[in-house]
Amino acid sequence: MTAEKYPTKAQLAKKCSWKEIPMGGVITRAASALDNKTGSWRAFRPVIEEAKCINCSFCVTNCPDNAVPFKDGKRGKIDLEYCKGCGICASVCPVKCIKMEEETKFKK
Amino acid sequence: MMAEAKHKVVSLTGNYAIAEAMRQINPDVVAAYPITPQSAIVEKFSGFVNNGLVDTEMVRVESEHSAMSACVGASMAGIRTMTATCSAGLALMWEIVGVASGLRCPIVMPIANRAISAPINIHCDHSDSMGARDLGWIQIYNETAQEAYENVFLALRLAEHPKVQLPVMVCEDGFITSHCVQNVKIFDDAVMKKFIGTRKPEFALLDLKNPITVGAIELQDYYFETKRQQQEAMENVPAAYLEIGKELSKITGSDYGFFQEYKTNDADAIILTMSSATGTARSVVDKMRAKGKKVGLIKLRLFRPFPYEAVAKALEGKKIVGVLDRSMSFGAHSPLFGEIRNAVYGMKDKPALQSYVFGLGGRDLLESHVEQVFEELLAGKTNDEIKYLGLREVSQ
Ligand code: SF4
Ligand code: SF4
Repeated sequence: MTAEKYPTKAQLAKKCSWKEIPMGGVITRAASALDNKTGSWRAFRPVIEEAKCINCSFCVTNCPDNAVPFKDGKRGKIDLEYCKGCGICASVCPVKCIKMEEETKFKK
Repeated sequence: MMAEAKHKVVSLTGNYAIAEAMRQINPDVVAAYPITPQSAIVEKFSGFVNNGLVDTEMVRVESEHSAMSACVGASMAGIRTMTATCSAGLALMWEIVGVASGLRCPIVMPIANRAISAPINIHCDHSDSMGARDLGWIQIYNETAQEAYENVFLALRLAEHPKVQLPVMVCEDGFITSHCVQNVKIFDDAVMKKFIGTRKPEFALLDLKNPITVGAIELQDYYFETKRQQQEAMENVPAAYLEIGKELSKITGSDYGFFQEYKTNDADAIILTMSSATGTARSVVDKMRAKGKKVGLIKLRLFRPFPYEAVAKALEGKKIVGVLDRSMSFGAHSPLFGEIRNAVYGMKDKPALQSYVFGLGGRDLLESHVEQVFEELLAGKTNDEIKYLGLREVSQ
């Protein structure tokens, strides 16, 4: 069974009928979780104190949303489109350099 | 009787007959947890695993919830999966029973029907699987060990039918059928193997070239559409059931109608039964016929999906029908009676109906009870209330 037979992201956004979608709610397109911008869920925002960071990458591997990038041996900036503010990164950081701050503080 | 393929006749309990069917099917995965009176199915089958007669991966889990969870995972991986349970076990796996049908897993699950607690009771009634009748599984009820054995094969093919892809419960009566020894025709391994073929899943987690996600969240957006597909799959069952039944009858010589009619043609009174109670009822029909009373019997096999049209056709023009339920829907009509009422609703010439409840918690259905039913029906006695067979209204 080929994935092409089934709706693309654009089609799904158009709201397919029950006759057009794969059986049992199966998703036939890889990485479709990227469609869901979980950043809108955030009540607390992780803020990193860069100077204290030892670049251990614990936050990278523990983030359930893959929101902390890691490139060329370095931890990158948290992707706020996907960070849902769960605080796991802050809890696993061995030097406690991530603070969870209230999201409302950043909204004007 | 039609021609039968090569077979041997073996004395087996219903449970062992079902285990034999499972041996011949050789499922890729069986995940199960023991519960009386089902336990002997899986116990016998694990012996087959131990002795190398099958190459099934046997998953020994800590509960039925886990058993069904493991089955769903295995089935979504694209392989053949079976389990078995009843009563409290079915109740404990409830959440995942709905997941299995919702994800369209063609799992086959024999049920040795047993009462639902409380009070505690290990004996037969249909309250376990009847309670699960709206969870999206196909349900086939069986009178004998032979019927249960054969219908495990039919169920497997039906579950995997491309237009169906739904799980199936194959029900036998706990203890009455599950533990009583009957002569069972076990058909040739190679013939049955050929009959079941191989599973060709539409999607499979282990198909690495076509990655999929299963069990994703759908909420208001797509849940309703996905459920509508489930209804469509159920509506495809009757045709597939008859088609597969026709093929199977070339091997077994049995008939696989949605129900079986017995001396109904000229009958003035008919009773409707399911499962093992049919044997008692059939014997009463014969005895009363010998006395010149025109009575007949319909044994229903397929309860989900419910074959409304075919049942309506069978009942059209009949005078009076008594419906025997072995479970209750407290505060409502009993499950089988309710469906029969639905089936006759649109009819011009509909029969009078009477609801009877019998046999809860393994209480015996005696020939005298069935005779009493027929006499009441022949006398035209019906009302809107449930009549109870074998229940003490006063102390004895
Ligand atoms: S708060 Fe949670 S989602 Fe956001 S970056 Fe940290 S671990 Fe990831
Ligand atoms: S866990 Fe803390 S120290 Fe480690 S990389 Fe992340 S922010 Fe830096």
